[in-house]
Amino acid sequence: MKPIVVGVGMTKVGEHWDESLKSLAVEASLEAIDSSGLTPEVIVFSNMMSGRLQVQDHLGTLLADELGLRGLPAVRVEAACASGGVAFHVAYNMIKSGIYKVALVVGAEKMSDTSTEQTTTALMTAEDREYTGFYGASFVSLNALAHRLYMEKFNVSEEEMASLAVLSHENGVNNPFAMYRRKISTKEVLESPYVADPIHLLEAAPISDGAAAVVLASEEVAKTKSSVVSVEASTVATDAIRYYEREDLLTFESAKKAFMNAVSASKIEKDQIDILELHDAFTIVGYLTLESAGIAERGKAAKLVASNKFTLSDKPAVNTMGGLKSRGHPIGATGLYQISELYLQLTNNAGKNQVDNAKIGVAFNVGGVGTTTSVSVLKRR
Amino acid sequence: MSESVPRYWREIKIRERLIGSKCEDCGRITFPPRKVCPYCRSRKLTEVELPKKGKLLSYSVVRKPPAEFEKYAPYVIGIITLENGVNVISQLTDIDLKDVKIGMELEGVLRKYREEGEEGLIHYGIKFRPRIK
Repeated sequence: MKPIVVGVGMTKVGEHWDESLKSLAVEASLEAIDSSGLTPEVIVFSNMMSGRLQVQDHLGTLLADELGLRGLPAVRVEAACASGGVAFHVAYNMIKSGIYKVALVVGAEKMSDTSTEQTTTALMTAEDREYTGFYGASFVSLNALAHRLYMEKFNVSEEEMASLAVLSHENGVNNPFAMYRRKISTKEVLESPYVADPIHLLEAAPISDGAAAVVLASEEVAKTKSSVVSVEASTVATDAIRYYEREDLLTFESAKKAFMNAVSASKIEKDQIDILELHDAFTIVGYLTLESAGIAERGKAAKLVASNKFTLSDKPAVNTMGGLKSRGHPIGATGLYQISELYLQLTNNAGKNQVDNAKIGVAFNVGGVGTTTSVSVLKRR
Repeated sequence: MSESVPRYWREIKIRERLIGSKCEDCGRITFPPRKVCPYCRSRKLTEVELPKKGKLLSYSVVRKPPAEFEKYAPYVIGIITLENGVNVISQLTDIDLKDVKIGMELEGVLRKYREEGEEGLIHYGIKFRPRIK
């Protein structure tokens, strides 16, 4: 039994001054529900920071009420930046269990209600507060530790490090939901100020607002619909919560395990992937994910992207709708944007960035510094 | 963000003296101390004080800090490999940014991390400086 994607919905990513966390989540949910033509039996809400940014929790019930679905079972899932992928994993297993036939999984994050400093504090809760947050590390600076080590160990240039940001922006131009629809050059990236050396501002995904939703249904229910995208695997794996404790600081064990398990569950190998959504919150996260999953050789991912691999005409094509860097990264929604974008590609609805004959799509949604990784494998049937 | 006095107080020993734990079964040392060994899952762990000398493994400069560190930025964050091979994260002190180099020898000293306003707590912990020969 494979859960089927029967509908998706997205808001544009950006700074939505006139929208709330609630209204964004409702907009994406209604679109997903309407496009599915079904009524959900259960709601899974993905969000990381509403308790700190909006002083609002109990999101599952809140959304059920707003959607006119009072009484439905509803849960909220949190796994830092991987919240969306992990929420999808929960909904996937709810359908697979046979207990529910239709599940709405929605991710939303509203990051523009607070100052950059307050949001930075909230983002650091992805790591251990007592022994990493205490020392004044920002989330960007933890990734910068990996970024510097990677450059040093594999002799990678600044220009090569910047290349994934350039690639994502190249593709984001044609995504109507993307926050920054413009190309950027390597020079612009390297001339942008440091957020945490050696990570430049234009190598870091922006603080954003947005919501994305997916309706999953059992094969039996989906038969009555014309849906063609099945979920072949959804996996989650974790690693040491404190980045500095990892034995190998340049391998994401969580990405390695989650991908290995996804391959064995789906019987889909890496060379069959047509579309690959990478979690480029920072370019280094994208490179270490590619290498840990075995899709790129160790120390070679940045060099491959810099030599124009993974473009729309390549296999796999990476971040075809702009990735986190150009589309934006509303934390709890990101994993569901990735799934929704794969769905657009697999149903031939990706517009100017449509990859010909796309059949297999894979998303890596990463929380922390490779601390939690969720892998989703989608297939056009 | 301010912290309650008990929350701060219960971490003092660990943050100011670098107390970790040693697994009686596999011998691995971890920081901070814990109840279960992450390597062999043994529950026979004892507290040990870690060495205060080590080498810089990687570093970054925090220019956009969390709210509670706003007035201290920019500052240097690093991973330090201690003499017994255990990694810790810490701020670097008593050094110009241009002099920070991967592999440099460092030593831990007790320093102030931040103040919670006029009447709040003052947070202290170990920071690392270039080793004085």
